[in-house]
Amino acid sequence: MFAAIRPDDWDLPLFLHVVGAMLLVAGLLTGGTALAIARGQARLLRLGYFSLLAMALPGWIIMRAGAEWIYDKEGFSGDDDPAWLGIGYVVSDAGGLLLVVALILGGFGVRRLGRGGGSRLLTATAVLALIALVGYLVAVWAMGGKPD
Amino acid sequence: MSLDDWLIALHLLAAFALVGAILGFWAMLVAGWRTDRPGDVQAIFRLGPYLNAAVAIGAVGTLALGIWLAVSLDAYEVWDGWVIAAIVLWIVVAAAGERAGAEYARAERRAEELLRAGRDGPSEEVRSLVRTRRGLALQAIATVAAVLILADMIWKPGA
Repeated sequence: MFAAIRPDDWDLPLFLHVVGAMLLVAGLLTGGTALAIARGQARLLRLGYFSLLAMALPGWIIMRAGAEWIYDKEGFSGDDDPAWLGIGYVVSDAGGLLLVVALILGGFGVRRLGRGGGSRLLTATAVLALIALVGYLVAVWAMGGKPD
Repeated sequence: MSLDDWLIALHLLAAFALVGAILGFWAMLVAGWRTDRPGDVQAIFRLGPYLNAAVAIGAVGTLALGIWLAVSLDAYEVWDGWVIAAIVLWIVVAAAGERAGAEYARAERRAEELLRAGRDGPSEEVRSLVRTRRGLALQAIATVAAVLILADMIWKPGA
């Protein structure tokens, strides 16, 4: 029950925004957890990294595109935008930056797995992914509850 | 924030936990698809309890808070068509997801048995258990039903 009454033409961009956000959270949850519990197991480290790459990154792009689309539909201008919208934008962009850094570090880590290294880089990737996850859960709370 | 605002926010967080875990299980299935070594299967399935916890929180939270919202908000009733559709789809997600989990638990158990017997070589049996078509079909049904719930929540047909 995401919103009470809204014009019908807001539904598709909202659906896209939420699907993207769910994919993003799924990737961060799966990737961050797998990397955090892997204890050096290469199979689980790869699963964690590729969850971030194949789920969280596309999810962020879809979520962000949907956000811009619905922002435009709702007629916000940047002046006196509500607080929940500001929280959403700040977390979305900061989390996106964390995700990109996590993917770069993790990419080097995964490349080194075959030579028996890379686990420290992938631990850093896990920490960044889990921080981003917490941020996005705060954003989901703000999008749902719409605090003043 | 009013009580209803909190209910909506927590309902949404529960939905993210549920869908996040369902998609996480897909990542496990894809990772396991080309695996035939019991040790690798066991490593992948170590993620399972965390995703199961998210499913439990998400499933209970979406249903309980969703019904509470339908009762609390003046605009909606529990017997509205789109609310009933969401509850039916939730039952489909829960039933299909639980049965998919039971299918994949067989692969996990067999991998553990082989490891206890000191056998971590490639196993055709483990490979076929991980590639269960029944499990894959049930997981697909749970996923499609979850996406339909999301569409139902946004478009609210008949509301």
